[in-house]
Amino acid sequence: MAVIGIPDIGDVAEPLAPEGGQATSGGSAWRIVLRTFVENRLAVIGIGLVVLVTLFCFVGPLIYHTNQVLAVNLLGANKPPSASHPLGTDPNGFDILGRLMVGGQSSLEIGFAVGIVATTIGVLWGAISGFFGGIVDAVMMRIVDVLLAIPALFIFIYLATVIRPTIGILIGILSLIGWLGPARLVRGETLSLRTREYVQAVRVMGGRSWRVVLRHIVPNTIGTIVVNATFQIADAILVLATLSFLGFGLPPPAVNWGGMLSNGVSYSADGYWWLIYPAGIMIILTVIAFNFIGDALRDALEVRLQQR
Amino acid sequence: MTGYLIRRVLQAIVVVIGVTIIAFILQHAIPGSLARSIIGPRATQVEIDAFNRQYGLDHPVYVQYLYFFWQLLHGNLGESYKLNQSVDSIIIHEIPKDLLLVGTSLVLSVLIAVPIGIAQAVKRNKPVDHVATGTSFFLYSMPSFWLGIILIDFFAITLHVLPPEAPQGATITQVLADWQGLILPIATLTLVNFALFSRYMRSSAIETLAQDYIRTARAKGLSERAVRARHLLRNSLISIATLVGLSLPAIITAGLVTEAVFNFPATGYQFFLAAQNNDYPIELGITVLVGVATVVGNLLADIAYAVLDPRVRYN
Repeated sequence: MAVIGIPDIGDVAEPLAPEGGQATSGGSAWRIVLRTFVENRLAVIGIGLVVLVTLFCFVGPLIYHTNQVLAVNLLGANKPPSASHPLGTDPNGFDILGRLMVGGQSSLEIGFAVGIVATTIGVLWGAISGFFGGIVDAVMMRIVDVLLAIPALFIFIYLATVIRPTIGILIGILSLIGWLGPARLVRGETLSLRTREYVQAVRVMGGRSWRVVLRHIVPNTIGTIVVNATFQIADAILVLATLSFLGFGLPPPAVNWGGMLSNGVSYSADGYWWLIYPAGIMIILTVIAFNFIGDALRDALEVRLQQR
Repeated sequence: MTGYLIRRVLQAIVVVIGVTIIAFILQHAIPGSLARSIIGPRATQVEIDAFNRQYGLDHPVYVQYLYFFWQLLHGNLGESYKLNQSVDSIIIHEIPKDLLLVGTSLVLSVLIAVPIGIAQAVKRNKPVDHVATGTSFFLYSMPSFWLGIILIDFFAITLHVLPPEAPQGATITQVLADWQGLILPIATLTLVNFALFSRYMRSSAIETLAQDYIRTARAKGLSERAVRARHLLRNSLISIATLVGLSLPAIITAGLVTEAVFNFPATGYQFFLAAQNNDYPIELGITVLVGVATVVGNLLADIAYAVLDPRVRYN
């Protein structure tokens, strides 16, 4: 209500809605969610990993100083791990440990941004489609079907060759397909939510459609949204790595894990394992972490539904 | 059943038309004009006009789309800018190799995922279940290109037992003559698909085990073995139709990545090369092709499901 400021009839409707009594039980329901989540060992590992990777990428460079901008030094290139370069150097002579930190920054930034942008678009699209139903729903959902039919990587690569990618464009391109999943999920939930009594009550009292959608339907799909956003981040990091590996990510000097692998793979025949394994392991750790969190959140929220 | 089929086919047609609209929009997403991006920044206005006339770009947008759609309807996916070859001829030439790679790994991954899924459901929360879940989770979180790279690193570079590259033959017979090169790409794609399927197979088998007909089968005295073979396995096989249909975009994507990693000259690899050369017609033609293939694959999966599962027919 504070967001909107002007009180209207919809505000009056809320305390009257059947779920009004949930003010206290709602709190405990969320405590159950939190408890179930924390009791899940994998969830805790996932959160721990995300914190570690984030610290590694963003705080690491402050402690471990390396030159990642102008180091082209062919004498010091492709050196195996040593005391001065714990993970060796890459074909341009960059220190790999330092490069992993810098490269992770864009992966995490883009992953989070895509998670947020794609989820926001998807939630609104799905809620509007499901709420209005009929021809609006049919058209909006056919658009989703069509975009889902084309394997996304083909569209990503095409767009990346047509438009020179920057971080912003890359987030846009990845979100362009990412919103389809949440749109479908939220639409499904909206179809059942819109028949609930409290939604009917708001409508009877003259609450406008956008108000019903934004204040009553979207908040009730929050569980689905949060779980899905977590998986979105994991997916975005994987897709970004794949695009960069294939050479359609951010152009140099931008660094990222997928791009590091793309550089390293041409030397794998020489046995330069340090060009291949560290970056791959960073991708896997990050993706696994987000998948662990998503899985645990889903379990925790399902428990909430069961205990209701 | 007939009503369901008609509805489903009509829906697929709508989606296919949608795919062509997306492709058309993508074609126009090229900044500046299409003509300039192809003949180059120094093109004169006369050259640009001639190009636009030649490709019908001087007409209004809807006429252009209808022309585009008409060409697609006749199976004409356009001409490569760089290769002096039609996109059709490239695809027709390459597609058998894709079918070989993707088809073989699809069959193998189903053959692995089904028994493991059933074993997991039967031994739920036992060590077998945990190991299988962990493995598929790990594979699922791994970039498919990296899986390919480490397989190459281990089997081709460290052990020297398999070639690091896919067969380079132009035709499918030449490819088959060099079959050792196919082992690593097929293994990569099989593991990726297994990770996609495994989780689903497990939960579908668990769901089946909770069904009344399983209880009935046990109650009438069938041995556990017979219950599994006759009821559990058969019903799990039905859900594969849906599963493969739903996973098609992911499978095709993994195919593209695998072909790029192993330099396997098939359709996905041609797409990859075209993208490097900014050869937009090849990129778009292949994108339309995979889009339509997904829609048709989904349609076939739904039909197969309706045929296999009598419950669908009555609804």
